[in-house]
Amino acid sequence: MRELRIHGRGGQGSVTAAELIAVAAFESGVYSQAFPAFGVERRGAPVQAFVRFSDHMIRLRSQIYEPDYILVQDSTLIRDVDVFNGMKEGGIAIINTEREIDSEVPAGVKVITLDATSIALEVLGLPITNTTLMGAFAAATGEIELQALEHALSGRFSGELADKNIKAARRAFDLVRGGA
Amino acid sequence: MVLNIGCAARPGKAGDNKTGSWRVFKPVFNQELCKKCGLCALLCPEGCVTVNDEEEYIPDYDYCKGCGLCAEECPADGAIDMVQEEK
Amino acid sequence: MLKITEGSHAVAEAVKFCRPEVIAAYPITPQTHIVEALAEMVANCELDSEYICVESEFSALSACLGASAAGSRVYSATSSQGLALMFEVCFNVAGMRLPVVMSIANRSLGAPLSIWNDQQDSISLRDSGWMQVYAEDNQEATDLHFIAYKVAEDHDILLPAFVCFDGFILSHTYEPVDVPAQEEVDAYLPSFKPYQRLDAADPISMGMYATPDYYMEFRYEISRAMERAKEALKRAGREFDEEFGRDYSAPVEGYRLEDADTAIVALGSICGTVKDAIDEMRGSGRKVGLLKIRSFRPFPDKEILKALDDVSTVAVLDKNVSLGSGAGGALGLEVKDALYGSGIEVKDYITGLGGRDVRKRDIANITDLAESGKGDMYYGLREEVL
Repeated sequence: MRELRIHGRGGQGSVTAAELIAVAAFESGVYSQAFPAFGVERRGAPVQAFVRFSDHMIRLRSQIYEPDYILVQDSTLIRDVDVFNGMKEGGIAIINTEREIDSEVPAGVKVITLDATSIALEVLGLPITNTTLMGAFAAATGEIELQALEHALSGRFSGELADKNIKAARRAFDLVRGGA
Repeated sequence: MVLNIGCAARPGKAGDNKTGSWRVFKPVFNQELCKKCGLCALLCPEGCVTVNDEEEYIPDYDYCKGCGLCAEECPADGAIDMVQEEK
Repeated sequence: MLKITEGSHAVAEAVKFCRPEVIAAYPITPQTHIVEALAEMVANCELDSEYICVESEFSALSACLGASAAGSRVYSATSSQGLALMFEVCFNVAGMRLPVVMSIANRSLGAPLSIWNDQQDSISLRDSGWMQVYAEDNQEATDLHFIAYKVAEDHDILLPAFVCFDGFILSHTYEPVDVPAQEEVDAYLPSFKPYQRLDAADPISMGMYATPDYYMEFRYEISRAMERAKEALKRAGREFDEEFGRDYSAPVEGYRLEDADTAIVALGSICGTVKDAIDEMRGSGRKVGLLKIRSFRPFPDKEILKALDDVSTVAVLDKNVSLGSGAGGALGLEVKDALYGSGIEVKDYITGLGGRDVRKRDIANITDLAESGKGDMYYGLREEVL
């Protein structure tokens, strides 16, 4: 079983990201489970959402403390929250930032940074980075297929909004794949 | 089973229950002193005082419980007397 | 066919396929997504049902009571304080023997205010005359609705039912669920045939008053119906298995219990975490198993005794506490009662109250405690804040 922890701020769509990654993973042929950290969802407050991937039905219901992957929607969170806490060796951290990560990263964790905010602003016209980061997650981890992700996005959004979100995800996918 | 499921019951009629037997005192209406105001019929808790074609107010002793409200409220002195029932 | 969906939405879809004629509910976290989805189905004409918007949970269940008495299949859902507000009506629904089915997205009760999961809400209504079944995952939460209607509406039973599933932990979780098709549900669940109903042309009153000469007998009749519900739940579970290939016929379900020395007894979604923890403990040679309780009302005391006959130690996990009983939860107290005189050591652990996360290592710790004879306690208290 592999586990993903998403760190974001209320209003950035972390819960939606978890749900859509789980939907895409299921379509990609594995069992998946997504759930929020059930906080009080104030806009701007740090929030978490979780996804599990497995070849078998998932029975475990606790939160995720030793993730294989983390997705950080907002690099300012690193100051407030220990986003790397418990990460497994060999894990992958995908962080939305335009700068280098200056905080300490646990040994054996691969960090992938991308400026998802700029992509989201350019493609969506909004600083909502969740769908962009989903594309990056697909490319960095291989847990979900791009096509399944696009399908999940079309299922959640309609018309032009779906097209734009798919475009943002694809842009990040290509960027991370190209850099990998 | 005697009990009905959910304590359900068919509706009864108040008329089936002749409450006149509960009485100790009964109202006796004196038609000569009656002023025909109709308060007795209006106030009777059993609704057992009715008016006939001669405009006489008459209690139905099958249902009158003998509460005495009619005699108490009657504005015509002596028009309704409460008299102990002979059983 | 398996599809990935949110627990609340799977439940809403299951309810739709049960064809309730009247739905009355008041939104409360974490039940909200269920009734939102149903309201949308009614508005979109996907579900032919009267959706009654009410101003409180008291009114929601009152409307359900009236609609059920008038002969409709009805549905409601609630959580926490919402269920507390329904307290009076719950007793009336059961006393009038109306087969209302209600989903409970389990949540703690205030004060202090908490929106998070435990099972204090439904457990606190254990004496109300409602059947109570608890789901481990969203598949079970979905399927138990069909079974609940079938048993509740059985003229030998005529008791309302809670289908309990843990708030957030199941209600807000996306996972694969096989929601049956309408035709399959129709084949399993016949249309509602009321035992008796309010009809202006042939009037009756329900829930009339009972004098001291009769009241006890009415309560005893509910107890007897609960007793019959044990068999009815098994039968409905078996029939469900024949139709859908998922077996819910057992009121209790053992996991790796065959040669176990220690058994964990639990209710609801925590059973999944317990199973994973047991696999790990088994990996290191420890003989631990789980007894999952599916039906809390009626309480399967004989089945519990039979299933735990060969173990020496039992650790009961309670996501509720019966305040004033020491550190006893409702499940622990009743399991002790069921095992009284058997010589089996039973310890109770209050855990996961108000959304406190329960991990595999907690299950292992509780197993250690039970095996060393320590229990009847709150597990995982933060001593530093006391």
